[in-house]
Amino acid sequence: MSSNSLNLNPRPAGFFADLFSMAGRSIRAMLREPEYLIPSIIIPVFFFAVNVGSLEAVGQNIGTRDFKAFQLPVAIVLAVTGISRATALVTDIQSGYFDRLLVSPMNRFALLLGLMMADLVLVLTLSTLVVLMGLIVGVEFVTGLGGVLAFLAFAGMWGLVFTGFPYAIALKTGSTAAVSASFLLFFPFSFLTTAYVPQEFLSGWLSTVADYNPVTYLLAGLRGLISDGWDVEQLSYMFGAIALVGLVSFSLAFGALVGRLKKR
Amino acid sequence: MLKQPYAIEVNNLTKEFQGKLAVDNISLQIKEGEIYSFLGPNGAGKSTTIKMLITLLQADSGQGNIQGYDLLKDTDTIRLLIGVALQEASLDEAQTGLQFLKLQGRLYGLTKDQIQQRIQELTPLIDIGDALGKPIKTYSGGMKRRLDLAASIIHNPKILFLDEPTTGLDPINRSKVWTEIKRLNQELGMTIFLTTQYLEEADQLANRVGIICDGRIVAEDTPEELKKSIGEDLIILHVRSKTAQAKKIISALPVVSKVEEVKDKLVISTKSSSEAIGQVTQSLNKHNLDIVTLTMRETTLDDVFLAVTGNYLETE
Repeated sequence: MSSNSLNLNPRPAGFFADLFSMAGRSIRAMLREPEYLIPSIIIPVFFFAVNVGSLEAVGQNIGTRDFKAFQLPVAIVLAVTGISRATALVTDIQSGYFDRLLVSPMNRFALLLGLMMADLVLVLTLSTLVVLMGLIVGVEFVTGLGGVLAFLAFAGMWGLVFTGFPYAIALKTGSTAAVSASFLLFFPFSFLTTAYVPQEFLSGWLSTVADYNPVTYLLAGLRGLISDGWDVEQLSYMFGAIALVGLVSFSLAFGALVGRLKKR
Repeated sequence: MLKQPYAIEVNNLTKEFQGKLAVDNISLQIKEGEIYSFLGPNGAGKSTTIKMLITLLQADSGQGNIQGYDLLKDTDTIRLLIGVALQEASLDEAQTGLQFLKLQGRLYGLTKDQIQQRIQELTPLIDIGDALGKPIKTYSGGMKRRLDLAASIIHNPKILFLDEPTTGLDPINRSKVWTEIKRLNQELGMTIFLTTQYLEEADQLANRVGIICDGRIVAEDTPEELKKSIGEDLIILHVRSKTAQAKKIISALPVVSKVEEVKDKLVISTKSSSEAIGQVTQSLNKHNLDIVTLTMRETTLDDVFLAVTGNYLETE
């Protein structure tokens, strides 16, 4: 080995360089494990097919003109809720690679945001596939191409903000089992809402829970983009619901990151 | 800033975990260009100390600096000056070796050309040929260790911290790592702080050795001076039975200065081994005690370890 590179002048690469380095690493990891994506594609397609096949006739009796359009946002929620690289983060913590990153001059927040950025790419890819499936089976967006793009953007935002929960658990516990258990959050968010019938047909405790479930407003907003047009109020509620979940989940995730960075 | 006399200087570092002192009032002064080794068994406080020096862990009390930069206040600067290979090769096993090194270089702000140059320079150390393009999870333990070492020096740090760099390696890979550590020190003047539980490693590599036990430095000097401090020849005696009686008999001999019972053997310290061997065998024969083995040997760091801690160093 020669010694002609003594003056490399190492320096912090900067926030954005670190962000893209971390995101690139995660995206490469995802591409190496395409099987990781299979459940995220099969589950929404399966539920979409089953729900439409079994409930389409019922749906027409409860005022949903196009039950496929009604179910497409549900497929999106099922596709993107809980998608994250949190288990990979746990692997990094357990293998010591996380410590290697911490003794480098990299930006600490880029460490987590890079993972989230990769998740956003994945969430947008999955959302695009689900929307394509919807278009293929005849779902039409009254809002046109702009509506499709807005639909994808909101789906992406939802998928992104939800990643905060598994990352918070990963950073807090460093345990794969605990991260896997965080998948349980997916069920109340995804099913205690208007997944199958419009809100006016929900009753009792389920109606009350759905009122407070942010996914209710997400589904309403996404359905509005397909069937109703540009309803600013509906879109504002959807944005507000996503922002609220984001505030909670990102506070937990970055709080857990700061906690882990504290030098015990 | 003014040139600092020491590459690493810490005073009274202390760290406690759940009421147990892991590091107890440790002070160190390590000169630039020195190889310093912490020698001690598992749980002695070696890794905890190194983690405090590399900014991963904060001391409960005490202070220190790395090339004059404060361990508490100047962590960002310190991270640019140091390279670290932790106890377990801390690698992302899903990446290829090449991707791993490139990413490591990018984190230190190196340009593409610099990274390429460094990978070429480090290739002889990594010594894995085409496997550099394969996922790290397919590498052997030795390949992973060498890659880990290469990653820790990709930015040519001023100070290299190695936490048990050869634990678990076979003799060939151990020798390769030793050669590289010596080269980094001799050719590049890199200051190296390493922890080890291998006596031979400390003896072969270190300019100075600090023996650490129960979180405290119990002896510190060059390996030669530490061995000289024992000041005597050693005879290792194994008797078939009645070790305690043999110890009593031998202790009474004027030529013997000390007898320690270690496991089933007696370690006899004497000013003159040639004189002592005859007297020991004669007195044991007189009491009908059978000698299984009797060997004379030079003082090792293990003997120093025994002298200062009361136990031999047990490695895994």
